[in-house]
Amino acid sequence: MLWHALTLQLGYNATLVTLGAMLLGVAAGVTGTFLFLRKRALVSDAISHATLPGVGMAFIIMVALGGDGRSLIGLMLGSAASAWIGLLCIGALTRRTRLAEDAAIGAVLSVFFGIGIVFLTFIQTMSEGRQAGLEGFLLGSTAGMLYSDAMIIAVGGALVLAAVIAFRRPLSAVAFDPEFAASSGLNVPRLDLIMMGLVMAITVVGLKIVGLILIVALLIIPAVTARFWSERVTGVLWVAGVVGGVAGYVGAALSAIAPALPTGPVIVLVLFAMFALSLLFAPARGVLAAVLKHLSFQKRVHIRQGLLALAQGQPIYEKLTLRLLQRAGFARADGVATTDGKARAAKALRDETRWQMARSREEFALAATFYDGLTEIEGVLTRDQINELDRLIGAPRGVPV
Amino acid sequence: MTPLELATSNGARLQNAHAGAALAIRGMTVSYGQKPAVFSVDMSVPVGSMTAIIGPNGAGKSTLLKAALGVIKPLAGTATVFGQPVADARARIAYVPQRASVDWDFPTRVLDVVLMGLYRELGLLGRLRGTHKAKAMDCLARVGMQDFASRQIGQLSGGQQQRVFLARALAQNADLYLLDEPFAGVDAATEKAIIDVLKSLRAEGKTVVAVHHDLSTVADYFDRVFLINTTRVAEGTVEEAFTPQTLQEAYGGRLATGQLGQTALGA
Ligand SMILES: Nc1ncnc2c1ncn2[C@@H]1O[C@H](COP(=O)(O)OP(=O)(O)OP(=O)(O)O)[C@@H](O)[C@H]1O
Ligand SMILES: [Mg+2]
Repeated sequence: MLWHALTLQLGYNATLVTLGAMLLGVAAGVTGTFLFLRKRALVSDAISHATLPGVGMAFIIMVALGGDGRSLIGLMLGSAASAWIGLLCIGALTRRTRLAEDAAIGAVLSVFFGIGIVFLTFIQTMSEGRQAGLEGFLLGSTAGMLYSDAMIIAVGGALVLAAVIAFRRPLSAVAFDPEFAASSGLNVPRLDLIMMGLVMAITVVGLKIVGLILIVALLIIPAVTARFWSERVTGVLWVAGVVGGVAGYVGAALSAIAPALPTGPVIVLVLFAMFALSLLFAPARGVLAAVLKHLSFQKRVHIRQGLLALAQGQPIYEKLTLRLLQRAGFARADGVATTDGKARAAKALRDETRWQMARSREEFALAATFYDGLTEIEGVLTRDQINELDRLIGAPRGVPV
Repeated sequence: MTPLELATSNGARLQNAHAGAALAIRGMTVSYGQKPAVFSVDMSVPVGSMTAIIGPNGAGKSTLLKAALGVIKPLAGTATVFGQPVADARARIAYVPQRASVDWDFPTRVLDVVLMGLYRELGLLGRLRGTHKAKAMDCLARVGMQDFASRQIGQLSGGQQQRVFLARALAQNADLYLLDEPFAGVDAATEKAIIDVLKSLRAEGKTVVAVHHDLSTVADYFDRVFLINTTRVAEGTVEEAFTPQTLQEAYGGRLATGQLGQTALGA
C-alpha cells in the first residue's frame, strides 16, 4: 500500500493531488528561501494564522448566498483577504507605534487565529456546518479533494514558482544588502511586499493540503535544511526546492493511504527527517563534519608544534602532543625523537623558517595569507620562489640583498 | 543690498555652482524621529573632483549620503546628479556603504557579491554570461582580490571585505562614486590599494566622494573637503575649507587645538 502510494498507483485523483502537493512544496521551498534570507521567517507564521477568519467568513457568506460553502476557490479568496489585512496590521503596528516587528507579529497572529476559531465554532453550530470539514484547514487533509482542487493547487504552485524565479536577483540583493540595493534603484519596500505577496499566495494555495498551522514549516525548513549544503543562493534555492518537493510528495502520498492522518504533520515529519540528516551529515556545515574537522585540525596542530619543539630541542609538556607524536612514530615515550621524528622535525622547522621569511617580505604578501601554521609552503609556492626564499634566509637579516 | 536681493543673488550663485556639478544637494534635511540628523545642507561637488566628507561621529555624514542616494527619504531638499534627479541617474552612481549593514553569513561568494554590481545592467530576466563574470573578475583584480573570488563572503577579514565592496562599486561602472568610510578599520596596505583605485578613477575623469575620518591624510588623498556637523560647516578646496578654524567649528571642543594645527593646512 505504502509502495503503491509512493509510486502513484492509487488512481488518477490521488496521483494528481500528490503531484500538486509536490509542486506546491517546491514553490514553498524556493519562496521560503528568500523569506529566510531576509530574516522574516516569522511573518509567514502570522500570515498563515491570519487566514483563518477569512476561511470562516467565506464559508458563512457562501452558505448565506445559498452555496454549500465548500468551494475551495471561495475559501482561498476569503483567506487571502484576511491574510492581507493581517499583513497590513503588522505593517501599521510596526510603523506607527513603537512596537517591534516580533511583538506586532505575535499580537496579529494570536488575535486573528482567535477570531478564526470563534468563526469555526459558530459554523459547527450552523445546520450546514456539520459536514463543512473546515478543520481540515488547520492541519491539512487531502481527503475528499476534487480534481479541480488539485488543479488549483498545482497551477497556483507553478505560478508562484515562476514569479519567484523571475525575481530571484532583486530579492537576493535586497536580502544581502538592502542599502546597496536601494542605492542601485531597487524599490526595497515594494520588493518586500512582492515577497510577502508570494508567501501569502503559497499559504493560501497550500492551506487545504498542509493546513495553516504548519505551512510555516514548508516555507522555512527547506531553506534552513538547504543552507547546510550550499554557500550560494542558487544552490540553496535548488536544494530547498527539492526538499520542499519531496516533503509535499511524501506527505500527500502517505495521507492518501491513511485519510485519517492529517497531511500537515506528515509533511513536517518528513521535513524534519531531512533537516536532521543535513544537520548531522552535511559535508561542510554539518555537526559531524565540524567535529571531525576540529579533531583532525587539533591533531595536526599538536604534531606540528611537537615537531617544532623537537627540532629546537625543547621539552614537550603537553601530554596530548606527546601521545600523538608517539603514535605517529616520531617520538619515544620519554619525549626523545626517533630517527624518523628527527627528519620530520627538521623538515617542519625548515618549512616554518621559510614561512617566516615569506611573511616578512612584500613580494610574498599574497602567499603569506595562506599561512596557518600547518600548510606546507611547498604546496603554495613554486620551486623558484622557494629557492628565492632559501637565498634570502641564507643572507644575513637586515642586510639588503 | 537688501536681504531679498542678497537672497536672490545667493540663489543665482548657487544655481551656477550647481550647473556643472556631479552631485548637487539643496536644502537637505533628514531626521529620524524629531531631531534632524542633517539640517538644511547644500553641497556641490564638481565633476572630476575628489571630495572628503569630514565631521565627528554622529554628524550626519552617512545620513547625508543615503539621503542623496534616495536610500532614506529626506524631510526636505533635493539632490541632483549630473543635473538629473537621482532616480533618473542611478546608472551613473556607485555606492559603497559603511560595512555594518550586511549579513555576513549570507550564502554568497565574493564573485557573486561583485556580480550584484551588474544586476542593474542585467535587468530582471537577463542571463548572466561569461562576459559578466569576466568583468567581475577584472574588478576584483583591480582591488587585488582575484584570488578570493570563490570564498564565502564571511570568511574574509574586514579589510578584504571592504575591498570586495569597492570592487562591486567598480562593477557598477559609474561616473560618481560615493563611499562611506572606505578606510575604516583597514591596514596601511589596504588603504593604499583603495586610494590607488580611487585616484585611478579620478584620472579617468570620474567623481569621488568619500566619508573620511583620518584628518592627517586629507590633504594627500583629496582635493576638496566638505565639513559637516548636522549643518554644513565649510566646503571648498582643501586650502580654502580645511583650516583650523573650520575644523574647530566642526568638531567643537573635541579636538585639541594643537592637533588641529598639525593636521590642517594653513596653520
Ligand atoms: N536608523 C537610525 N535611527 C535613528 N537615528 C539614527 C539612525 N541612523 C542614524 N541616526 C542618528 O542620526 C545621527 C547621524 O547619524 P549618521 O550615521 O549619519 O552619522 P555619521 O556622521 O555617519 O557618524 P559616524 O562617523 O559614526 O559614521 C546620529 O545622531 C545618529 O544617532
Ligand atoms: Mg557613518
